[in-house]
Amino acid sequence: MSTASTSAPSGPVRPGTGPVLEVDDLHVQFRTESGLVRAVNGVSYTVSAGETLAILGESGSGKSVSAQAIMGILDMPPAEITGGRIMFEGRDLLTESPEEQRKVRGPGISMIFQDALSSLNPVYSVGFQIGEMFRAHQGMSRKDAKKRAVELMDRVRIPAAAQRVNDFPHQFSGGMRQRVMIAMAIALDPRILIADEPTTALDVTVQAQVMDLLKDLQRDTGMGLVLITHDLGVVNEVADNVAVMYAGRIVERGTVDDVFSNPAHPYTEGLMSSIPQVEAKGGRLQPIGGQPPNLASIPSGCPFHPRCPKRRTGADALPGRHCAEDVPPLRLVVPGREAACHYSEEVLGV
Amino acid sequence: MSETTDDAAAPLADVAPGEVLLEVKDLKKHFPLTQGIVFKRTVGHVRAVDGVNLTLRRGETMGLVGESGCGKSTVSKMLVALEKPTGGQILYKGRDVAKMGGRALKQYRREVQIIFQDPYASLNPRMTVGDIVAEGWSVHADIAPRKGRLQRTQELMERVGLNPDFVNRYPHQFSGGQRQRIGIARALALQPEIIVCDEPVSALDVSVQAQVVNLLEDLQDDFGLSYLFIAHDLSVVRHISDRVAVMYLGSVVEEGTDAEVYNSASHPYTQALLSSVPVHEPHLRGLKERILLQGDVPSPANPPSGCRFRTRCWKAQDICATEAPALVDRGQGHPSACHFAEARTVIAVED
Repeated sequence: MSTASTSAPSGPVRPGTGPVLEVDDLHVQFRTESGLVRAVNGVSYTVSAGETLAILGESGSGKSVSAQAIMGILDMPPAEITGGRIMFEGRDLLTESPEEQRKVRGPGISMIFQDALSSLNPVYSVGFQIGEMFRAHQGMSRKDAKKRAVELMDRVRIPAAAQRVNDFPHQFSGGMRQRVMIAMAIALDPRILIADEPTTALDVTVQAQVMDLLKDLQRDTGMGLVLITHDLGVVNEVADNVAVMYAGRIVERGTVDDVFSNPAHPYTEGLMSSIPQVEAKGGRLQPIGGQPPNLASIPSGCPFHPRCPKRRTGADALPGRHCAEDVPPLRLVVPGREAACHYSEEVLGV
Repeated sequence: MSETTDDAAAPLADVAPGEVLLEVKDLKKHFPLTQGIVFKRTVGHVRAVDGVNLTLRRGETMGLVGESGCGKSTVSKMLVALEKPTGGQILYKGRDVAKMGGRALKQYRREVQIIFQDPYASLNPRMTVGDIVAEGWSVHADIAPRKGRLQRTQELMERVGLNPDFVNRYPHQFSGGQRQRIGIARALALQPEIIVCDEPVSALDVSVQAQVVNLLEDLQDDFGLSYLFIAHDLSVVRHISDRVAVMYLGSVVEEGTDAEVYNSASHPYTQALLSSVPVHEPHLRGLKERILLQGDVPSPANPPSGCRFRTRCWKAQDICATEAPALVDRGQGHPSACHFAEARTVIAVED
């Protein structure tokens, strides 16, 4: 909280470490035939070395698009970054030339994706693809690069790495493919690893193995981990801090313990009660009513208000805090916790 | 159908609530593995389902959990007669489905319906919602008289939480959760006894998932339905199921009431599975024993000898490689297919 300032997000930051990655008021929109789709509307977060930040949201909440903007892999057009800054180690990536951006991102920020099979090239061996990192960024020879690839495959615990280095992606199982992706991502010792739903396509026992591996690698290298997921369980087990996204905005941010034990935003609260609780078997689930919003026509005011059980739209709304008209800013509610709800204090019960 | 006798076609008897409605005995499905293009030679078999026993009572929900490739979807397809079993029996209302014919088979097909996982792929994009829901009536015309069909369709849509005015819309105009409701309405239209739910909520967002789970529970109460609920999400299965069966590589390794399976799991695989599920309550984090399995699921084309789980099991001994453990109660109060079954509380809660 020592880093709090007016523009930079004042989310919980581990003491003693400055942020490595700072996303500040990022806006991304898509121009499509059916109109302007506002996928990311003013998202800010910071990631420090060794920190795990989970970005939690449902499909269409803008969590992946914001990560793709950081990595510079958005298709532009139709996508357009219409505002904001992406600061990596003090440099604004969005103002650099594409050439410079690539030099910074290559060794500095890397990303793994949900579907490892479609993220790997089917016609090259995995060893060649892992080694590509060294050839492209360090000018290493093919032979040396392959040697390093074997080391990396060992490091991500792929059995018999020396024999498997020449195998092709289709010869690996889902969990092993995701390990190959991780090997590529950590090849150049990045400061930040963005993991976009890394275990969603995997079975739970394999998911546990992969998350375990990511945590171990993080402990060894001290990299910051941005974990994009919709799985509340994974967030709770792995992350330090969490940012909950809805309709392209962060609606709540804080430490996982705080946010999950006592949500400050009705959407987070709704998510928590949608999940079957171990203790409360037999009771009915409490789902959030309605459907997630269409990003081409985001509701006015608070984007969550049409589904919110605690909305105040009539005479009981306080001035300037009318849920259907006034957009609630992301504000500090209690120390270490921000929420974008006009009535967070009531939701929290403070 | 030439050998269809009157007996095979005789209508099925009714079953009282709580009685056994469906019984699966030693069900097997082996898919041939072939080589060559012109002269296909069978070089082996994928033992997708290899000796599954299940019982489903009327009004009950049976949960079937397991990881991808364990054969749970193949079981569901055989139950709705989309796949023919290689071996074993499916007994419905006391009659062998394989020996049914004529009206009895038609009745079976009507009374056992299915909801699929992917609401995008399981609805015909060229048909309106009304046509999709009513399609079954063109075969089972006696369920809904031709005159009142539109009204009946709209009632069904309303019952599953869809706006009945949308009867002429197409599937792409609906969101994932709404499409899953269309699939449910389609299944309900034929007044089924059993609905096989094959991962009905896996493709949905968390907030929408809960809506569909609640809807399924309400429909069960209203119509006395029995569910075979297949999923890989253990917390959802626990929530909705009365009894749970855990599958691994084509066979059931443990079975019992939800409390038995979840609180005193006795098969090592069940224990590992439960311990791998991340909990979402901060106060429970770290309380759970972590069992990290090594390696991947073996190929069902070449399953390990003896116990199929032994290659990943920390308890494996010589006997496991030679003798396949039967699914019997070894003193834990519920059946478990492990030579060294031992009840163990993996999730340290429940008070």
